[in-house]
Amino acid sequence: MSMILDHVSHVYEKDTEMAAYALKDVSLTIPDGQFIGLIGHTGSGKSTLVQHLNGLLKPTSGHIYYNGEDIHREDYNRKELRSKVGLVFQYPEHQLFEVDVFSDVCFGPKNLGLSQKEVELRAFDALRQVGFPEEYFYQSPFDLSGGQKRRVAIAGVLAMKPEMLILDEPTAGLDPKGRDEILGQIARLKKEMGITVILVSHSMEDIANYVDRIIVMNKGSVLFDDVPKEVFRHYKELEAVGLAAPQVTYIMQTLRERGMEVDTDVTTLEEAEREILKALDRR
Amino acid sequence: MLRDITLGQYYQTESVIHRLDPRVKLVGTILYIISLFLFNNFTGYLAAACFLAIIIRLSHVPFRFMVKGMKAIVFLLLLTVVFNLFLTPGEALVQFWKLTITKEGVRISVFMAIRLTFLIIGSSVMTLTTTPNNLTDGMEKLLSPLKKIRVPVHEISMMMSIALRFIPILMEETDKIMKAQIARGADFESGNLVKKAKAMVPLLVPLFISAFRRANDLAMAMEARCYQGGEGRTKMKPLQYKKRDYAAYAVFCVYLLVLLVIRKIGVLP
Repeated sequence: MSMILDHVSHVYEKDTEMAAYALKDVSLTIPDGQFIGLIGHTGSGKSTLVQHLNGLLKPTSGHIYYNGEDIHREDYNRKELRSKVGLVFQYPEHQLFEVDVFSDVCFGPKNLGLSQKEVELRAFDALRQVGFPEEYFYQSPFDLSGGQKRRVAIAGVLAMKPEMLILDEPTAGLDPKGRDEILGQIARLKKEMGITVILVSHSMEDIANYVDRIIVMNKGSVLFDDVPKEVFRHYKELEAVGLAAPQVTYIMQTLRERGMEVDTDVTTLEEAEREILKALDRR
Repeated sequence: MLRDITLGQYYQTESVIHRLDPRVKLVGTILYIISLFLFNNFTGYLAAACFLAIIIRLSHVPFRFMVKGMKAIVFLLLLTVVFNLFLTPGEALVQFWKLTITKEGVRISVFMAIRLTFLIIGSSVMTLTTTPNNLTDGMEKLLSPLKKIRVPVHEISMMMSIALRFIPILMEETDKIMKAQIARGADFESGNLVKKAKAMVPLLVPLFISAFRRANDLAMAMEARCYQGGEGRTKMKPLQYKKRDYAAYAVFCVYLLVLLVIRKIGVLP
């Protein structure tokens, strides 16, 4: 049960002079239950990549297998795939259209052809899972705050009960408080439901605390693919492609250079604090 | 799929045609379209085709792009041809059931097809070689005498340039919303007409909201820069005729003269 990308390439505007490789020979395996951060600079191909995972885009060359089946085979049910691999786009609140929040979340499961009762049950569960307050269920989605709108949009995809949830820049345009709330909510979701989650972002800071694995994209290829601390070791290379390791990494590296005996592999603030206190005690 | 529409799109490159004053291109295109309806013998069309071919050559725009724009009007073209073919009275050529194809019908429908094709390609040469901003500038200048009779020329051209500017943005937006709704299981393709129309709601509502939001933002940005319409407004790059523009007008006169001569003599049937 996993997603496998086998030498996938994608070219935009194929037969013109403007042809550009959005993806170049990407091979990845995404096992069940992982929490993955997909990171890259603007135009690195990360959005193109995630649109391949649920079959919205077809690779120019290469194959994608979900649970062992080629998703672009003639008779493959891609509609079902889209319910299994839930994709939440950037600024998902721009896609809300119904008269109230609850009906909007019902849209996804309704398209799956479920019974009315099941649809409503799923919508209710999904809204609760994203921590949306019940008293606003029947408000117009257009009257909500930015953070709440985004919750509704994420619930709209969750209500289809996906096995894999992909979030394209879920924190774009939110203030720091809204950002932390959404990220915390996603991490909780991941823990409770045990589904695979792919978090697309351009900020290491955002995802370092949550994910088990980081995939760094650059110019359409995979640059690094490893656990966070291994990836952050390459902080100089990351800078070269317009990314940066979390600030903690820099602090620890600087302390090390100044002669303090600290472990530079820590990724979160808490770990760093403990590490520094330990080093001070040793003195 | 939406990217296929090239009608009204600009193709960035360097050429004599690109550098011409937009007014020349506007007037030229109108004259060319009129010229297509001036005559009805094949020699005339040959001249028109040659002229168009030369212009296309000079514009450095790949011919493919103009043909692409044709796709949008294939249906219209077929409709015209079919109607002309069957509904023109005259000497019967083929007859089956209630339909009659006449000699005149064939002639007229072929002419109509050629005219429409040239018309579309001719005007796409103009839009492919002129930026929308330049085009509306040219239009504003050409229509400026109408200001005397209180036609709001500047406002009209401003609206046009904004509308043109928004076409690609809204197309991109449509593409994005469509994908997002497909990801939620929406189906825009199957089903009968009613079902298809209903399926458009999740696409159109967010699109309209986004269009209004963008319009609002733009209005605010213009206001913030003290935009106040046509009265007393100056241009950073005012349009000015150069030598090559006069030369282009001369070329057009020669072309029209040639056509008039052909029409007078009527060489070949």
